[in-house]
Amino acid sequence: MTLIDAAPATKAHEQETCELELTTTLRDVIVAKFETVSAAQGKPLTGTLTDELVLLESGLDSLCFAIIVATLEDELGYDPFTEAEDVFFPVSFGDFVRFYERAR
Amino acid sequence: MAQPPSLRGTLKRSARLAERRIWGAAGEIALADLAGGTALGGAAATLAGRSVLLRLADPIYAAVALVELDGVARRIVLAPPDLADDALRGVIEAAAIEAAVTDGPEPIAGLPTHRIAVPVQFQDTEPASTIATEWVMFTSGTSGPPKMVVHSLAGLTGAIKPPAAGAPPPIWGTFYDIRRYGGLQILLRALLGEGSLAITAPAEPMPAFLTRLARVGVTHLTGTPSHWRRALMTPQSRALAPAYVRLSGEIADQPVLEALKARFPGVPIGHAYASTEAGVGFEVNDGLAGFPAAYVGRPGEVELRVVDGSLQLRSARAAAGYVDGHGLADAEGFVDTGDMVELRADRYHFVGRRGGVINVGGLKAHPEEIEAVINAHPAVRMSRVSARRSPITGAIVAAEVVLADPRADEATAKAEILAACRERLAPFKVPALVRVVPSLPMTAGGKLERAIG
Repeated sequence: MTLIDAAPATKAHEQETCELELTTTLRDVIVAKFETVSAAQGKPLTGTLTDELVLLESGLDSLCFAIIVATLEDELGYDPFTEAEDVFFPVSFGDFVRFYERAR
Repeated sequence: MAQPPSLRGTLKRSARLAERRIWGAAGEIALADLAGGTALGGAAATLAGRSVLLRLADPIYAAVALVELDGVARRIVLAPPDLADDALRGVIEAAAIEAAVTDGPEPIAGLPTHRIAVPVQFQDTEPASTIATEWVMFTSGTSGPPKMVVHSLAGLTGAIKPPAAGAPPPIWGTFYDIRRYGGLQILLRALLGEGSLAITAPAEPMPAFLTRLARVGVTHLTGTPSHWRRALMTPQSRALAPAYVRLSGEIADQPVLEALKARFPGVPIGHAYASTEAGVGFEVNDGLAGFPAAYVGRPGEVELRVVDGSLQLRSARAAAGYVDGHGLADAEGFVDTGDMVELRADRYHFVGRRGGVINVGGLKAHPEEIEAVINAHPAVRMSRVSARRSPITGAIVAAEVVLADPRADEATAKAEILAACRERLAPFKVPALVRVVPSLPMTAGGKLERAIG
């Protein structure tokens, strides 16, 4: 009885950990991409890339975002802006990361 | 032939003048003052019958100068915000410019320069007799010397319908610069259609403009798909409650139309086709990308046809020609837009520009110009620049490069190529993506093979 109960619990826990790691990885990829494009375009980031940071107040312009989305598509194999069924444009950095996480 | 009424004359007779405004980034102007006064003092008289360059830092003064000089000057040349100082000499010569109007402290390129004093003070004046003024506009962001096309006020206002009886006065807002065709259309709609208008300035951040738009209660808001995507990414856009949303100047794709429908439920969303050369073409109001195939070949004020995949337009709203006297239209009166379309089921869809011209958020980049810079790098054998679709700016610039020495270090070569591009090209023309490829396909004629769209 205890064994049967324990098994799925462990599995669920493992799954959670696994997803958490994937989430962290994708966020890291995106953070690194923002930093690379910011440096390459000479548009310094105005602050730390927190969930609450409004994208258009991040110091980057539309061209930077276009480059970020295109290069992420090459690296990740998808572009949530053209694939998403729910139609919205991300406002904050947190929105942006979730947008990519959901489309994954 | 009777002269057409001037912009000022029409504005003066329009309804509700006392309550109407143009709001700019740095201040506002009452249309009653604009209709009845001069911001140029005695200078207006000396500009009568002249070819006049409008070179203004703040576009609100472009509106002032246009009202002031239409019907007075022989020709008004409306300099776009990105016209470089070193292009001025060629422009002055080509358009036979004799004087300039500015809002800045410096005279313009050795011309007799009249200054609009800021903040603007209007003095009462009686309009002199009016002449038919040529309006000269620049085609957007082409390579080489800028091209200038000649319009008339009648042609520019040909698509503007009188406001519906009993409708509340529209409060227009536009993300466009009013010195470009798309923005000028909105200025003229506001001036001639009982409306007010909120405009931005090149230095104004999007959040600040959106806040102003919400404060004045904008009802009719217009911009390119790229403008709208930026607005939707800005929290301040949530305070907007427009009654009409309009897109033009770039391909309106289905995602941006859907995003606007979701943000402004129940609000009519139209996308329009217009170009500086061909004038206002048509509007699409069914919420779908592209336009119905039935538009092509039907009679009306604007006739459409598709020749070798390119959209051609015939109407009285087209520019009369280039400023150098060369015509725009063919023998049958059609203007070739160079916008390539493709028929899918019962709709035409825009697929790009002929010759692969890349439209980055409304600014046009020529592949050849960018390839020339890349090819000048000693590590490069040849290159091909093309458009890559972008959900943010419509398109971005992508480059494929064949290296002269296949054993060369790719990362170093890419970094050097990009550095060279950044030094010599405007930021939107610098390739966003550079890919090193072993070879590039050639046509049978030995030319670089280019895909359309």
